[in-house]
Amino acid sequence: MGYCFCVQATADDLFRALADPTRRAIFERLALEELPVHALTEGAGVSQPAVSKHLRVLKQAGLVRDRHEGRQTHYSAQLGALAPLIDWTSQMAGFWQSRFDHLEALLKRMDQ
Amino acid sequence: MSEESTETLSVVVEREMPHPPEKIWCALTQPDLIEEWLMKNDFEPVVDHRFNFRADWGSVDCQVLAVEPNKTLSYTWGAFGLGSVVTWTLTPTSSGTHVRMEQSGFRPDQQQAYHGAKAGWPRFFAALEQVLARID
Repeated sequence: MGYCFCVQATADDLFRALADPTRRAIFERLALEELPVHALTEGAGVSQPAVSKHLRVLKQAGLVRDRHEGRQTHYSAQLGALAPLIDWTSQMAGFWQSRFDHLEALLKRMDQ
Repeated sequence: MSEESTETLSVVVEREMPHPPEKIWCALTQPDLIEEWLMKNDFEPVVDHRFNFRADWGSVDCQVLAVEPNKTLSYTWGAFGLGSVVTWTLTPTSSGTHVRMEQSGFRPDQQQAYHGAKAGWPRFFAALEQVLARID
């Protein structure tokens, strides 16, 4: 079984960060505009500490960057960090193509 | 041949194989044979049966959804907090079998609300594609 999910090492953090719908929603908002924490919290139905915690996870995954301006910290999305995720479906297609090769080899062996 | 779409986020692989459907069905449903081409497993061709695929990089949690001998096999495929469905379709041809595998419906295993919106993976990927298209 030579094939593996080669993107896993890098994509794992991304998937973990984005597997949470709240974090995904925060990321989507930050993809549209740079915002401070309080703007993200308003009307979100989630407390500011919770939003801050989500931002930390997103930042660790390289999905969000912060910029300090006076007392405020502004957050923006780093779309480039999504590259391994976008590659994922093509990785899965490659995985299944390789499995099909193994399946055909097995079917041939079953004839013997 | 394979195709993929970020909008529906499905992966399709199709191939013509010079073998009868019955034989391919065995390879798709017998654990020792599955292991030879896919992964270690405790699969059983029984609807609702829960099983795992195991590899050195981790495991995949699955549950059988549909079994129609020599025709259709469908099971859930959960990995990385993403749920998807793998469906095998076997169609007899004059020279063997057309084998089709579709993995689709990627969505989070757990749903949560934010802004009352369902931020599902497919919607996310669709939005993402639009954002990326703008950047280009």
